[in-house]
Amino acid sequence: MAAITTAPGTYDEVDPNTSYLENNKGLMGWLFTLDHKRIGVMYLISVLMAFALGGIFALLLRAELFTKGQTLIDAETYNRAFSLHGVVMIFLFLIPAIPAALGNIILPIQLGAKDVAFPKLNLLSLYIYVFGACFAVYSMIHGGVDTGWTFYTPYSSSDPAHGGVGTSSSVIPMTLSVLIMGFSSVLTGVNFIATIHKMRAPGLTWRRLSLFAWSLYATAIIQILATPVLAITFLLLTMERFLGLGIFDPRLGGDPVLYQHFFWFYSHPAVYIMIVPGMGIVSDLIATFSRREPFGYMAIAMSSIALALLGFLVWGHHLFVAGMSEYATMVFSALTFLVAIPSGVKVFNWIATLYKGSISLQSPMLWALSFIFLFTIGGLTGLFLGMLAVDVHLHDTYFVVAHFHYVMVGGTVMGFLGGLHYWWPKFTGKLYNESWAIAGWLFVFLGFNVTFLVQFVLGSRGMPRRSYDYLPQYEFLHQISTVGSWILGFGFLLLGAMFVRSLLNGRPAPRNPWGSAALEWMTPTPPPPYNFVSDPVITRGQYDYHLATDDELYEGFDDPLLSHKSRKGGVDEGKEDA
Amino acid sequence: MMQSEPSSWQLPPAMADTATRVDDAYNFIFWFSVVFAAAVIAITLLFVLKYRRRSGVKSESTARHTKLETKLEILWIVVPTLFIVVLFHKGFSSYIHNATAAEGATEIRVHAKKWSWDFEYPGGARSNELHLEVNKPYKLILSSDDVIHSFYIPEFRLKRDAVPGQYSFVAFTPTVPGEAHVLCAEYCGTNHSAMIADVKIETPEQHQEFLASSGKKPKVCGTPPVECTDEKWGESLFQKNACFTCHGNAGDGMTGGAKSLGPKLAGIFGKPQSLADGTSANADENYIRESILKPSAKIVAGYTNVQMPPFASLTDDQLEAIIAYIKSLK
Repeated sequence: MAAITTAPGTYDEVDPNTSYLENNKGLMGWLFTLDHKRIGVMYLISVLMAFALGGIFALLLRAELFTKGQTLIDAETYNRAFSLHGVVMIFLFLIPAIPAALGNIILPIQLGAKDVAFPKLNLLSLYIYVFGACFAVYSMIHGGVDTGWTFYTPYSSSDPAHGGVGTSSSVIPMTLSVLIMGFSSVLTGVNFIATIHKMRAPGLTWRRLSLFAWSLYATAIIQILATPVLAITFLLLTMERFLGLGIFDPRLGGDPVLYQHFFWFYSHPAVYIMIVPGMGIVSDLIATFSRREPFGYMAIAMSSIALALLGFLVWGHHLFVAGMSEYATMVFSALTFLVAIPSGVKVFNWIATLYKGSISLQSPMLWALSFIFLFTIGGLTGLFLGMLAVDVHLHDTYFVVAHFHYVMVGGTVMGFLGGLHYWWPKFTGKLYNESWAIAGWLFVFLGFNVTFLVQFVLGSRGMPRRSYDYLPQYEFLHQISTVGSWILGFGFLLLGAMFVRSLLNGRPAPRNPWGSAALEWMTPTPPPPYNFVSDPVITRGQYDYHLATDDELYEGFDDPLLSHKSRKGGVDEGKEDA
Repeated sequence: MMQSEPSSWQLPPAMADTATRVDDAYNFIFWFSVVFAAAVIAITLLFVLKYRRRSGVKSESTARHTKLETKLEILWIVVPTLFIVVLFHKGFSSYIHNATAAEGATEIRVHAKKWSWDFEYPGGARSNELHLEVNKPYKLILSSDDVIHSFYIPEFRLKRDAVPGQYSFVAFTPTVPGEAHVLCAEYCGTNHSAMIADVKIETPEQHQEFLASSGKKPKVCGTPPVECTDEKWGESLFQKNACFTCHGNAGDGMTGGAKSLGPKLAGIFGKPQSLADGTSANADENYIRESILKPSAKIVAGYTNVQMPPFASLTDDQLEAIIAYIKSLK
């Protein structure tokens, strides 16, 4: 299989019987690694730190809103806290979480490849991300921003130091941070597209691609096409704020609504950068834990591509009350509804996959099922906001806050956690405590719903978002929501403790703890540096449970004879008796 | 004044013609979603329970269903498409209806600025509360003096951004006498959440009385209403213009237990004030008048220039009343 050579000359120097964790130990071995799995793990550590930071901001916000008036912090601190919660969660966590962290670790293994197409670019993307994050930290040390993660002009661009009407917070380093991290996102996208096109193992046809790989492919298209627009927008914003160039500020002859068009031209597709990979993970989880090939495999794969493309056509729904022509609102409303079709196709196919499956409710599957429930609610409440007349009432209220948390947390975070639980034994080589995992899931699922379900009601009753204070009639619902955030926070602590315990003294994981037919479970745990002991040749699909033997399905694949010391070949064992 | 009943447990009272049309669409999509979500969750749970993993029972291969698969895929593309056509139509028709102003609507100019609303009526009367006459069509012309704000009356289900450098419009007919609030729905800086104005929907007689008295010293003012003195009137203007948002209740320099954004006003009258530029100024009538009309002219030491908006719409009578009120604060 000489067709696949990622790092010429080095493949033979590595002992395939050592795992990627044992190979080339030491700090330098990690910092200068070209191994996609190590880069993925470093990404994972970074995004989890960002998630913890964003979570602390979230708990602070909810605590402040517990009573009307000042509870803990003043208005200015609150405004900075909600802005930083948004910036950190979206740009430092949600966007890289699944593609750059889990995708990096798993995608090349699912493709039967030794690495991604451009390993050096992959490492560069990590360092660009870290470099960008440094700017965000710099901005936070200088007081952060109070603009919201959306940086709407002229509030963000009109500096009072130059006689402007906007904010005096440190906007420029924060927008530069996002701009820089954008490059990291583009590089990951380029890398994944090239990898999926060129690095698939022999026999791994497009129709045999995992649905996670399909979703990453769709995501990469958006990352490449949309991210540059955000970079240009933030450069223009910086030039206006720093040089007084009139682009968005009407006092300088600019148009503030133009900014919103530019911003959402990226940021709406970015929603799909966040959710589509989560859908990919859920497709894989449902197949594995139902032991069944996904119903409507091609429909699920193509709906990812459809979402990626449709995502570019709906940015205008963020401007329904901002002053667009009635014709534009009509067109954007109609296009927005179209997004419901591929989303629905996914949900229906997932449910059809469960039908006559052999369903196991292990912890990764609990996250996948939570995704279906919460994403359905998130999607349906999106229809409220697509309906023009209803949107006018709900726009910029807590209804919107609840809606996108159901999609971003109920969707992306559930998918991310499902994937993390699912692949954790593979890339750490350790099992975790399943009882803790289920308890953690229970607290997160309950806490999430308590926190955000009431926010739909707050919003439909007219509570505007990004508000430090509120009218007395909203206090009770805010209190329920805050209590929910404590349950949610406790759930995440539990999960964090569980993963730490697993790293410290978890039992060694078998090769295939879930009894999956997918390719990444055919290689030793943890995988060798180039993923497979020898180059795999793919003879059946990732989900072909009907081609796998009874032993494989009901005993799991963790046959001690196949442990990686004594293994001879790649994928073929799983296939022998078929 | 009566407060009308909430439309439902999840919507505020409907107090304008626009609200009814939105509520119809809202209730439709709400029940649609409840039924749909319940079905998805119920079927998922049913399958999860029914097809739990049992020893010796295999999953059925999906490959067996290829013909059914094509049919089902078409079904769940076509049926939702029909649904969304209906949803789009319901949303759009109500939207267009609500966006169109009635013939002969009374025009009110709305000036938004950090962090207050200013309403200008035909004939020049101005106030910081929105006074409306019941069953009379209105068209509001929104503009902003600084950043983007969003004019939102939940009871009318209406929202529109006030964008600096351009005008935008909302149109409605209030249908129920009572009280509502104008909220700011677009984040606009430190005191965004305090940018609230009262809406008073009045009978024709009450409304005439308001128009006659606005700008001039009213006969009665304050809560509870008493015969108006300059001080009392100044106090109610202080409330109506939301001066307390940044200067604290009765100008005590505290908001929510912390130092307020704007300087303390109580007890300053007649005393020298040290300023941020190192000089000092005597807090006399001219000082207060200038601070209201040109807030950035003199910044008190220890405070930052937070761009207090100039309250240029206040009449001389009103300014005198406010000065009298500040004088009276100890």
